[in-house]
Amino acid sequence: MTNNKTPYAIELRDISKRFGAVQANKDICLQVPAGTVHGIIGENGAGKSTLMSIIYGFYEADSGHIEVDGQIVDIRNSQDAIKAGIGMVHQHFMLVENFTVLENVMLGAEGGALLQQGMDAARAELKRLAHEYSLDIDVDAVVEELPVGLQQRVEILKALYRGARILILDEPTGVLTPQEADHLFRILRSLTEQGVTVLLITHKLREILASTTNVSVMRQGEMVAHRETANTDKEELAELMVGKKVRLKVDKDEATPAEVFLSAKHLSQLDSQGVKRLKDVSLELRAGEILGIAGVSGNGQSELLNVLSGITPLDEGEIQFAGQTITASAPKNAAELRDLKMAHVPEDRHKMGLVTGFEAYEAAVLGYHNSDAYNGKILMNRKAMLEECNSRMAAWDVRPPNPHLKTANFSGGNQQKIVIAREVEQNPDVLLIGQPTRGVDIGAIENIHEQIVKLRDSGKAILLVSVELDEIMALSDRILVMFDGAVVGELDAKDADERTLGLMMANAYNEDQKGAAQ
Amino acid sequence: MFDTLIIMLDATLRVSTPLILAALAGLYAERSGIVDIGLEGKILGSAFAAAAGAAVFGSAWIGLACGVLASIVLALIHGFACITHRGDHIVSGVAINTIVAGLTVTLGLDWFGMGGQTPTLSGDQRFTEITLPFADALRDVPVIGQIYSNLLSGHNIIVYLAFLMVPATYWIIYKTRFGLRLRAVGENPHAVDTAGISVAWIRYRALIVCGILCGIAGAYLSTAHNAGFLKDMSAGKGYMALAALIFGKWRPVPVLFACLLFGFLDAVAVRLQGVVIPGMGEVPVQLIEVLPYVLTVLLLAGFIGKAVAPKAVGRPYVKERA
Amino acid sequence: MSQAKVPVWVNVGLIPFINIVLAFLVSGLVFVAIGQNPIEAAGYLVYGAFGYDEGVGYTLYYATNFIFTGLAVSIAFKAGLFNIGGEGQAYIGGLGVGLVCLSLDHSMPFIVIMPLAIIAAALFGAAWAYVPAYLQAKRGSHIVITTIMFNFIASSLMVYLMVNWLKEKSGMAPNSRTFEENAWMPYLHNMLSPLGIDIGDSPLNGAFILALICCVLVWALIWHTRWGYQLRTLGTNPTAAKYAGIDTAKVTIWVMLISGGLAGFVGINEIMGVNHSLLLNFTAGYGFAGIAVSLMGRNHPIGIVLAAVLFGALYQGGAELAFEIPTITPEVVVVIQGLVILFSGALEHMFKGRIEGFFIRRAAAQEK
Repeated sequence: MTNNKTPYAIELRDISKRFGAVQANKDICLQVPAGTVHGIIGENGAGKSTLMSIIYGFYEADSGHIEVDGQIVDIRNSQDAIKAGIGMVHQHFMLVENFTVLENVMLGAEGGALLQQGMDAARAELKRLAHEYSLDIDVDAVVEELPVGLQQRVEILKALYRGARILILDEPTGVLTPQEADHLFRILRSLTEQGVTVLLITHKLREILASTTNVSVMRQGEMVAHRETANTDKEELAELMVGKKVRLKVDKDEATPAEVFLSAKHLSQLDSQGVKRLKDVSLELRAGEILGIAGVSGNGQSELLNVLSGITPLDEGEIQFAGQTITASAPKNAAELRDLKMAHVPEDRHKMGLVTGFEAYEAAVLGYHNSDAYNGKILMNRKAMLEECNSRMAAWDVRPPNPHLKTANFSGGNQQKIVIAREVEQNPDVLLIGQPTRGVDIGAIENIHEQIVKLRDSGKAILLVSVELDEIMALSDRILVMFDGAVVGELDAKDADERTLGLMMANAYNEDQKGAAQ
Repeated sequence: MFDTLIIMLDATLRVSTPLILAALAGLYAERSGIVDIGLEGKILGSAFAAAAGAAVFGSAWIGLACGVLASIVLALIHGFACITHRGDHIVSGVAINTIVAGLTVTLGLDWFGMGGQTPTLSGDQRFTEITLPFADALRDVPVIGQIYSNLLSGHNIIVYLAFLMVPATYWIIYKTRFGLRLRAVGENPHAVDTAGISVAWIRYRALIVCGILCGIAGAYLSTAHNAGFLKDMSAGKGYMALAALIFGKWRPVPVLFACLLFGFLDAVAVRLQGVVIPGMGEVPVQLIEVLPYVLTVLLLAGFIGKAVAPKAVGRPYVKERA
Repeated sequence: MSQAKVPVWVNVGLIPFINIVLAFLVSGLVFVAIGQNPIEAAGYLVYGAFGYDEGVGYTLYYATNFIFTGLAVSIAFKAGLFNIGGEGQAYIGGLGVGLVCLSLDHSMPFIVIMPLAIIAAALFGAAWAYVPAYLQAKRGSHIVITTIMFNFIASSLMVYLMVNWLKEKSGMAPNSRTFEENAWMPYLHNMLSPLGIDIGDSPLNGAFILALICCVLVWALIWHTRWGYQLRTLGTNPTAAKYAGIDTAKVTIWVMLISGGLAGFVGINEIMGVNHSLLLNFTAGYGFAGIAVSLMGRNHPIGIVLAAVLFGALYQGGAELAFEIPTITPEVVVVIQGLVILFSGALEHMFKGRIEGFFIRRAAAQEK
């Protein structure tokens, strides 16, 4: 660290940020030389997006400072960041969809109270930028009619139009096809040749290796390593990303899978924007086994759970369950599936699994509120609900064991126990369970894991979705890996290790195997 | 027959004027993402303030200023609740309408002691009719002369102003920086925020413009169209303007035509009051009166075209935690 | 878990109380602005509302309307819907009552007419809410706008019907003939006098009992039936409702039907209980006042009864006040009503953050 070198394009010193109890960023230091593509990699929730939002002035850091070209800059809002020459391409585009490209680019940099002269200038400038960086686009096209790849180009142009010399891209390839992604990387390279510095945030190892000069790894809010891309490889990065955590031990016997309880064939699903979120997924779930779905979050696992549990209708494919065939034209909703003995512990208990304004005994019957066990002829049988809630709270060690406490006021682990108890105690044949221990304290994790295994041993079929590799490996008998909406790998749990799974999760396993064969 | 038509169109212009002003006011608010069912209250508040101001100071113009000021204050209260404190836009609008309905009568009785009315205005206290150049000379020219002299001429200045506000609004919305930002903030406030522009400040400015236009509409009612303030004299015009705004799909020129259509229906209804058509009996004028509302419901239900509101309308803007 | 540290009474009691107090303080300023002493005015108000038997009767008679419309708004609120059409639903509900009374009062005894009138009020009110509800549930039309439009449609429809069909032939005013006495909802003072209880003559009638029954039914429905469970789930967490397999469109329509039916009961109080004939504009803003009542009553039947009595007192006391001080109009209570909506509705978050923050900090300090 001698001085007198050319200053870094951007340098972060001891940036920390806390949201309530969550330390999102802790003492982050980062140095990015000018004219390079710098990758920042980490799992979801590692704090990458928060850090970038701080650089772009969306949040203010609690402590630490930012230097641009060796000068300390005080970035309090996006305006300051733009002035400092920082531009950002957000994961979810910040575009006004019914505006033209030109209007979107001009917004906030109109160049005068009237649009006309600014428009002419912007048109000329966009032409120049298009030429210089080969970013061609029809400036009069309406943004919502453009394919996503071009919408992203508008975002890049927006930043460049404002004179950005440092460009932050947050998970830019999430919405792109591999070809579009490669094209984007070519654009980024040509940008660096013009002296622009690029910060690329991603969780995909392949992209880091394909496009960056240097890479920094974040884990749990901290910057854990810096590497030159040329001197590292997927294995090392995957290990740094996931970290060497204490491996969770769960005592369980060999699984004895029996008949198929649920089979899904060629499931596909589109989101409201018409993007395919689930691509031709097929799987079989057998009695007495735990099937783990591994993958970095956002690769179709949530959509899979929603489709299987009847929350969202599927668009293509069919599901066989309990003697019924479910297709797009013959759908079954969540209530009907529950009656057929399918239980679902959703990934997000606050948004889906609980009604946080309800008292615990009420939340404990969500989805089963029509059951005869909880209802008299007209009124709900409050006494039965309370009794059952009490006995479950005792059995599952929910604290405090107060059925009248609002669910919002339980700790995460105890909320999760309420949800899992509710679903498990209905004696389902199939249990879909998402992120069973997210936000749950260590003590409760063990208990929850034991219960899941116990359920398996009693002959139930369990589909486990988790972004925690440890959890997947500790619990599963068989593992499917999802990437970009598709199943990209299947492993017997005995053959699974972190490295293999990590590579599969980054969809880099096959290439790796090829490389090894050579 | 032609004379009747001219008379009815003339009435249409008079009735449409406050609708146009209020609907354009709503356009600014809703295009910026603020639902404003308080148009009604702002019109009524301004009508009272304008009549009171005109009565006390003897000038319609001072009345207009008072009306506009009152309306802006009400708009700012709406902004304070919806923008600063992220309150429910509808609840805030209902509150403003209710407060004004009570306050106008309360203050009116205290100030003028005439059962909540203001004194009858006359002379300079009112906006009077303007005769366009050569209107008298051309009156006898068939068709064109009649249209010019009897339909276009002879309105007060606010009528002309209201119609001028349509191209002006079009220009502001589509041709100025403010308009660009206004439209953007109603569609995607996050895009505006990340572009380094204050979402709140744009919305406040939109509401101020909304207040000004509602203020003019109110002043028109009490100091131009009528000669003084009467209790509840806005009589649902704010809601009808809201309907016209939806019917015109939040765009200035279609909104103008929606207002003219609604105004025309009103003029027809008044004209047909008590008229007996042979074989059918008395014309059910209520059926005509109710058409604007029925048409709006049908439009909202997607049976005639599709009304797509600005995407972010009614939603408080909160920075998301990434 | 920061919420856990804010005591329940802060959110249920303190913050709403502060908001109401603010509304009344600003109302006081209005009195000062018109040169009146707010304390003195409040004195007249309270005396007018509670100071003598007839006053109490009038207060409760007004409160009856507010209970109906307050319940109507709040049950829809509970399901996450803003029914701003209580005014129109009450109006049409009254039409139903009037039609039953006009067609049966010559032939049927009270014991037959009363239940039929109650059913008609509910059905007519519900029918008026059905179209906006259906359009919201199935076609996504914004229920606020459609219910506003339906208020106006109701108003025109009533004028048409009164003027063309229901008007008393001999009279000029657009009123129906007066019902025979067997179609009158009995006054409470008449019901109680055989028991030796004298409560003074007032329009307070059997509809008040119906209102209290409705409170109990609504309370049981919302908090003690599976159906209420579904509507509360929908209202607080629509995603969880989908997860639970709740048919949200069906719940939306049903809750609006009940809401409209409740609003329709205003017709029992006004048409059958007091006016004894069908007439125009008998709803007099009670539908809109329901919004204030439900906001102030925190959408709970007990709160609604209290808020309704308060508003009833304001209406009755306001009349007394206007009588005592001729320069004050009864409309001044509309201002107070609006201020309550503003402070406990639109500005409900104004102090929430700060007050909750205070208790969170205090709890944190105590932990250390």
